Amino acid sequence: MAEAFIYDHVRTPRGRGKSDGALHEVSSLGLATTVLRAIKDRGDLDTALVDDVILGCVDPVGEAGGDIARAAALTADYGDHVPGVQINRFCASGLDAVNFAAAQVMAGQHELTIGGGVESMSRVGLGASGGAWPVDPAIAIKSYFMPQGVSADLIATKYGFSRDDVDAYAVLSQQRAAAAWSKGYFTQSLAPVRDVNGVTLLDRDEHMRPSTDMQSLAALKPAFAMMGEQGGFDAVAIDAHPDIERVVHVHHAGNSSGIVDGAGAVLVGSAEAGRSIEKKPRAKIRAFANIGSEPAMMLTGPVDVTKKVLARAGMNIGDIDLFEVNEAFASVVLRYLQAFDLDVEKLNVNGGAIAMGHPLGATGAMLLGTALDELERSGKTTALITLCIGAGMGTATIIERV
Amino acid sequence: MNLINFRFELDADGIALLTWDMAGRSMNVITPQVIDELEQVIDHVGAEAAITGCVITSGKQTFSGGADLSMLGAAAADYQTARQEKGEEEAARLFFESARRLSLVYRKLETCGKPFAAAINGVCLGGAFELALACHYRVVADDDKARVGLPEIKVGLFPGAGGTQRVARLMHTGDALQMLFKGEQIRPKAAKTMNLVHDVAPLGEIVGKAKAWIAAGGKGVAPWDENTFKLPSGKVFSPAGMMVWPAANAIYRRETHDNYPAAKAILHAVYEGLQLPMDLALRVEARWFAKILRSPEAAAMIRTLFVSMGELNKGARRPAHVSPAAIKRVGILGAGFMGAGIAYVTAGAGMEGVLIDRDQASADKGKAFCDQLISSQVLKGRAKGADKEALLGRIKTSADYNDLAGAELVIEAVFEDRTVKAEATRKARAAIGPDAIFASNTSTLPIGSLAEADSAPENFIGVHFFSPVEKMLLVEVILGAKTGDRALATALDYVRAIKKTPIVVNDARGFFANRCVGNYIREGHLMLLEGAPPAMIENIAKMAGMPVGPLALNDEVGLDLALKILEATKQDLGGAAIDLNQERLLKGLVVEHGRLGRKNGKGFYDYPSQGAKSLWPGLAALQPTKCDPDAIDIAEFKHRFLVVQALEAARAIEEGVVTDPREADVGSIIGFGFAPFTGGVLSYIDGMGAANFVVLCDRLRQTYGERFSPPQILIDMAKAHETFYGRFLDEARRVA
Repeated sequence: MAEAFIYDHVRTPRGRGKSDGALHEVSSLGLATTVLRAIKDRGDLDTALVDDVILGCVDPVGEAGGDIARAAALTADYGDHVPGVQINRFCASGLDAVNFAAAQVMAGQHELTIGGGVESMSRVGLGASGGAWPVDPAIAIKSYFMPQGVSADLIATKYGFSRDDVDAYAVLSQQRAAAAWSKGYFTQSLAPVRDVNGVTLLDRDEHMRPSTDMQSLAALKPAFAMMGEQGGFDAVAIDAHPDIERVVHVHHAGNSSGIVDGAGAVLVGSAEAGRSIEKKPRAKIRAFANIGSEPAMMLTGPVDVTKKVLARAGMNIGDIDLFEVNEAFASVVLRYLQAFDLDVEKLNVNGGAIAMGHPLGATGAMLLGTALDELERSGKTTALITLCIGAGMGTATIIERV
Repeated sequence: MNLINFRFELDADGIALLTWDMAGRSMNVITPQVIDELEQVIDHVGAEAAITGCVITSGKQTFSGGADLSMLGAAAADYQTARQEKGEEEAARLFFESARRLSLVYRKLETCGKPFAAAINGVCLGGAFELALACHYRVVADDDKARVGLPEIKVGLFPGAGGTQRVARLMHTGDALQMLFKGEQIRPKAAKTMNLVHDVAPLGEIVGKAKAWIAAGGKGVAPWDENTFKLPSGKVFSPAGMMVWPAANAIYRRETHDNYPAAKAILHAVYEGLQLPMDLALRVEARWFAKILRSPEAAAMIRTLFVSMGELNKGARRPAHVSPAAIKRVGILGAGFMGAGIAYVTAGAGMEGVLIDRDQASADKGKAFCDQLISSQVLKGRAKGADKEALLGRIKTSADYNDLAGAELVIEAVFEDRTVKAEATRKARAAIGPDAIFASNTSTLPIGSLAEADSAPENFIGVHFFSPVEKMLLVEVILGAKTGDRALATALDYVRAIKKTPIVVNDARGFFANRCVGNYIREGHLMLLEGAPPAMIENIAKMAGMPVGPLALNDEVGLDLALKILEATKQDLGGAAIDLNQERLLKGLVVEHGRLGRKNGKGFYDYPSQGAKSLWPGLAALQPTKCDPDAIDIAEFKHRFLVVQALEAARAIEEGVVTDPREADVGSIIGFGFAPFTGGVLSYIDGMGAANFVVLCDRLRQTYGERFSPPQILIDMAKAHETFYGRFLDEARRVA
């Protein structure tokens, strides 16, 4: 089997996902075009060699609908011959896009591919694409559907994370993100978003609140308590996990991932392709895996998929130098740390989605890039990137510097 | 037309009046023949140019209660025959076609081109209300007794003749689902507010109103058949839909724990139907209806909650040769919580209640409780001020037993102590004379032994109410060895008068209901001792279909009472008759920790003065071991809860305490809330099959102990492939 290498990656800054966010005026296509063009321009990439563009997008409707990957390849001037495909595995779409791109290379069918993702949550809106899962009784009842925040609270209740625990983790994420930004760790891979005249609209993650502390978080009310009680979801949680007397609601906007706009892209290719484009590989994709996990807790997939991908790679948890676990909610990360008895100093060392936001379809590609940059900066070798996913799934990728 | 069940008259204006008035029945009911005749009328009205439209009303006091549920049983039998003769798929297809017959006739009415108007003169429920919903106009009589509604869900069915589709097109989806889930009977004015009927009018004017609507040019087109029609909540996949559906699915689980396929079918039918044009929507509804009609849950619930309960309410166990007792005056001894409740339901049924306690103040306290109950009814709009005055006027309080004179029936609800009861019995008998019936509301003491205090033991009987009396529908009537037929007949006539359901049981420790309940609570205790998280015990019990977890239920009853019963059993029958671990647990709670239950705010739960109860954290220290919750087999726990009760019911049958399976089933559901979807304790066994049940018991016995040992009767039934209904019902009917 051929090996798949990472040659480059970029991401946009993440704009606050509201109408007053700096990227609200930029279309989904504009965001996707920005990262594809950056990959092309900064590496002087000969796009004639690109076999496919795979972009994750979780709400691919309206301006983001109808195969935005093909549209972006054209608007980024990759040439008529470059096809594109849009995929959706909810929150892991961006990482899955990279994995699919790598799989094409590993299978020997493509030489050079791009995996990435895009989401304009401010313009398209969370849940805009609908779907049977929460709505159709056939699946909603069977899968114990509940909003993700309630599932996150269920995880906190079940595994004993208090409000203080989740808030403390959120403060850490903010502090780490602020430190990483101040030291310029993100700059080299950032593609600023510009207007038609070349004027910069945003070159920095906009969602961060570096001054966050325990006190400021304590003022926030649990966001999912009313929903859980009145919408019947707490009862669903208890039916799925009857060992719990009641769901303790601990999550709020301050310890959950931020709603933001953004895009990311990763250039993946074979060794041969690297020679063709005259680039040195930065890392290889050692293994990746997908898994379905218990759908009621929904967000514990990273634990299950990590076990699976480690087994596939013939590795142990101790072989991983660095972990990027998407901060969908603080309890997701705390459960991951607890399950593997991990040192928090090895995980999300430059902050995560609680501080900087989670542009659904793009995040996976962004996290992989962040991990790679940090490996290079700190001189380490191996990173594992994983995200929890709606309806109870997990995706993970192990990368290794070469 | 050849009409037997309807009268068809045409007036000078060309408006037809179809009066549904079935011969030999007090109520109209939908039968195959009714459906055929209705179709003839629709064809006739549609075809005759001279007929402008048609008003449908009833010649009875009510409109109609809906379909004849026994008709559904026959359809299920036809399916089984077809399955054997024609195979599974063809049988399913034929069944679907027959299940949708009524829906198709109603749709024909709706689309025949002529306007139909329903003049609803009284109670109009189920399939009958679905007929009204298919009409283009509905007016209901402004009458205290008039109700409309779709109560099918209460017997494990759902409205399958267009009800789900039309209701969901008349009101917001959330409101529609709530109405279909609850199955409530709705008063006329509320029905109008909900958009279920167009108008409310005095009884004498409804036919005129309906005719006037047709005469004024009322259209024979349903709103949903107009091109301009928009769903009240918009499309399913819309922001509004997202506000409704996820919560609807969750609330379904919260309310049913996914045990009621009919309720789930409502969700399916509405969700799928709202995305389709009406004819297809009705077809999809019918597919679900056909599925639910064949469900074991529907069969079990119809049999127990409709057929059997109806038979028991009509006095199935009443000795026919005794003429009806005219009970006007009832004495109640003891004005505590139970006695006061009994006085309340007695007076509520129009009888005079003489409430006696040791002093006037105590007796008055009981009446004050009745005042509270009726006042809250008035406050909720369920009774009028005049009703309150009349009810309280019928309750006399006294400390003098001589005031019992003239009572046809005396019910004793004094302290659960033989000496106290014996004295009350003697004093009452002296006042009422030898012919009046004396009933004891004891919950624990054998009736035969209490009757020894009575000089007329043939007129002594047990009448065991459940708490709270005003809410609980079951009354256990207990026969002592010497109890006579007149005492039984009087007790049953009284229970019927207070609109409760009686079951007749023979005299034995715990009678029937409390034996099953005791086993249920004990199983919870034992699970706790096995190390299961307390919340898990409670939650799985509810998931199994029980209304209250065993620990919460024990708190209601009182932990001290549970301990007292256990010690009494130990004293009477020896240490082997009780579970010593259970005794240790209860002693620890009651004696060491002073936890008596809800009454002192401390039981398995803590009861804060404000807010919800929560499990006492100290329970963990009473558990000798702990198990991993994720390793607990939820299905196994559910089985244990239901099996341990069903086994006790089987033993009660074997011992002759209960003789009629209908009584065991009905009593178990309305008495202690045994998982209603099973049809009750014995239907649960019958549904599984005695052989499977015995295998399950044997497996549980090996793991958990002898309490799961199946009695001989079950082993015999398993060998002979018998059911409780097959083996005992004919016998029970013959004796009655």
